[in-house]
Amino acid sequence: MQIVVCIKQVPDTTKVKINPETNTLMREGVESIINPFDLYAIEEAVRLKEAHGGVVKVVTMGPPQAGSALREAIALGADEAVLVSDRAFAGADTWVTAYTLAAAIRTLGQVDLILCGKQAIDGDTAQVGPSLADQLNIPFVAFVRKVREVADGSMVVERMFEEGYEVVRLPIPGLMTVVKEINEPRLPSLKGKMRAKKAEIFTIDRSALDVEDAFLGLDGSPTRVVKIFSPELKKAGEKWEEDPGEMAAKLVANLRDQKII
Amino acid sequence: MAVVVIKDLCNGCEACLDSCPYEAIEMVDGVAYINEACTMCMACLESCPVEAIISEEREDVPVGVAKEDFSGVWVFAEQRMGKVSSVVMELLGEGRKLADDLGEVLTAVLLGHGMEPEARDLVAFGADEVIYVDDPLLAHFNDGPYASVLSDLITERKPSIVLAGATFMGRSFIPMVASKVDTGLTADCTALSIDPETLDLLQTRPAFGGNIMATIICPRHRPQMATVRHKVLVPAVMDKNNKGEVHIIQGLDGKTVDQRTEVIEVVEEIMDTVNLAEADIIVSGGRGLGSPEGFKLIEELALELGGAVGASRSVVDAGWIPYSHQVGQTGKTVQPKLYIACGISGAVQHLAGMQASDVIVAINKDPDAPIFDVANYGLVGDLFEIIPQITRLLRTAGSGP
Ligand SMILES: Cc1cc2nc3c(=O)[nH]c(=O)nc-3n(C[C@H](O)[C@H](O)[C@H](O)COP(=O)(O)OP(=O)(O)OC[C@H]3O[C@@H](n4cnc5c(N)ncnc54)[C@H](O)[C@@H]3O)c2cc1C
Ligand SMILES: Nc1ncnc2c1ncn2[C@@H]1O[C@H](COP(=O)(O)O)[C@@H](O)[C@H]1O
Repeated sequence: MQIVVCIKQVPDTTKVKINPETNTLMREGVESIINPFDLYAIEEAVRLKEAHGGVVKVVTMGPPQAGSALREAIALGADEAVLVSDRAFAGADTWVTAYTLAAAIRTLGQVDLILCGKQAIDGDTAQVGPSLADQLNIPFVAFVRKVREVADGSMVVERMFEEGYEVVRLPIPGLMTVVKEINEPRLPSLKGKMRAKKAEIFTIDRSALDVEDAFLGLDGSPTRVVKIFSPELKKAGEKWEEDPGEMAAKLVANLRDQKII
Repeated sequence: MAVVVIKDLCNGCEACLDSCPYEAIEMVDGVAYINEACTMCMACLESCPVEAIISEEREDVPVGVAKEDFSGVWVFAEQRMGKVSSVVMELLGEGRKLADDLGEVLTAVLLGHGMEPEARDLVAFGADEVIYVDDPLLAHFNDGPYASVLSDLITERKPSIVLAGATFMGRSFIPMVASKVDTGLTADCTALSIDPETLDLLQTRPAFGGNIMATIICPRHRPQMATVRHKVLVPAVMDKNNKGEVHIIQGLDGKTVDQRTEVIEVVEEIMDTVNLAEADIIVSGGRGLGSPEGFKLIEELALELGGAVGASRSVVDAGWIPYSHQVGQTGKTVQPKLYIACGISGAVQHLAGMQASDVIVAINKDPDAPIFDVANYGLVGDLFEIIPQITRLLRTAGSGP
């Protein structure tokens, strides 16, 4: 099976803090990581390869620094790395990201399955996967928590829903986005790390793609950020440290007074 | 457009360096320089005390559509098992306001089978017009047919705004629809309004794990599409006197729809009857429960309150409760009226999924647990002593006169 995994390098948003005086982001000590959901996509791809044979290619669109995320993916078991990088791609929204990634993936030859993370933790949009499937005109399933079987020409997967899950047949070639429940990603092996160091990163720039300039980067993006501001932070309210019975009674009384219960 | 530094204004204070989540700002010859890692997220703009960083709009606008051809506010009326989801009432409440601000028509779009009464109800919830496409193929959600039908309707009828719930369904197929009709889509919005000057839709949403809010527009393309988070907007109230037209489109009329994916089986697995996203009250448990049996306490309290059961990632990872109950960055985002966190430390990833709740109660024996920083009511103590007391108080009151 020829598998492509789309990964994104993101700032570790869980470490991003807000400077309370200026209300702006403080990046100090925040490292760049592989989008956590994409680790599950890489792991699932490697498992599918181990079970059914094939090649796993990781693809990322981003600045040259994103190459380090690709090397990490190789250490985790991916075979080949593709960096889609050009100043012309900068500032892409999800529509343009999917458009550009689709063009890049078309240059990679046969692809049976594309895996994406459920969403990237910087933008939290979850839009690139479905949009990419549409641009490539392949069927897709979002929020996959389990691959049940891989048969000739299709796969049977479980897709998360609010009330539980659904069992869906996805024809191949197809695309799926995965949630963390799907597997437990392995740690990089020593051999993997060695391979990662030596691995060649195949770079695709604007000139290699069959795309229109008007649809690239920030200028091609339908959406625009017009304002950034800090959310109102929740303030701590009352804190009690008393007899359990008293606290319970006070809580119930307060919630009743405010008609919350 | 680009984010640029006005060199003459920059005083070299370096305040912007730290504000960039992508390390795209460096100092060159004593002034800030924005390098190629910039994603134009604009998080740096406000950090500059002398306003030397600006976003520059290019003059020659490249592509776009004739905006005046598009009119009307659409709400996608998501349904599961023949029942319209409650997020739709919130979308109709908000959609009504937007349509009134624009002086345009509010339309609800329902895809399903045998749902005529439900389609008519959408008028009572404020829709001027309902488009109901009735076909057995649409009875149950499937990405392909849904994306085909909705994008065809949009192409034919040209609404200026399309809103859908940021639910599993909305976040699954709406991006495909936006891609098919070649327009922008803003995910997971928490506030919407109309810019009085440009009449563009201002779409506000959290980003960077809830650390910042961004307002996004879609200035050159139509429709303007957004998925909207559940439980943040005020729902429309039913009024049987509302008037509106219901257009029923019977069958897919020979249209080809994408049927490549096939739903084989639907499995419900929530332990309690209330689903997290819909619940007004959520009682959540963490590692402080000590063992899977600890969830009994949580379930009893939730039952007494008519609420749903949530969980931290630690206990989901430990296998104490299924993943569908997990709240947080890698789980569900919830916004109930009341959230009771029991034995949960309050890691940022957990807070990201619940800190927008109206009232937060924390029960934890560690007085320094970060969960107390966001709690309206913090109870410091042993949950095994406190929770049964709360449950008992509620129970005795419930059975009284
Ligand atoms: C990429 C990433 C994504 C993540 N996503 C999520 C997510 O979506 N959701 C999520 O929840 N976490 C998430 N996490 C994990 C998160 O960082 C924390 O590890 C997790 O939330 C901790 O769960 P906890 O509060 O149950 O456990 P702990 O941190 O172990 O806290 C248990 C708490 O219980 C208290 N306690 C113990 N005994 C008692 C008692 N008898 N009575 C009262 N209190 C008691 C303790 O004082 C402690 O504060 C994520 C982490 C990463 C790296
Ligand atoms: N620049 C990118 N390069 C490669 N894959 C991406 C990129 N952006 C997003 N993706 C993929 O799309 C998923 C969803 O991202 P998003 O829509 O940004 O939340 C991620 O988990 C990745 O698998």
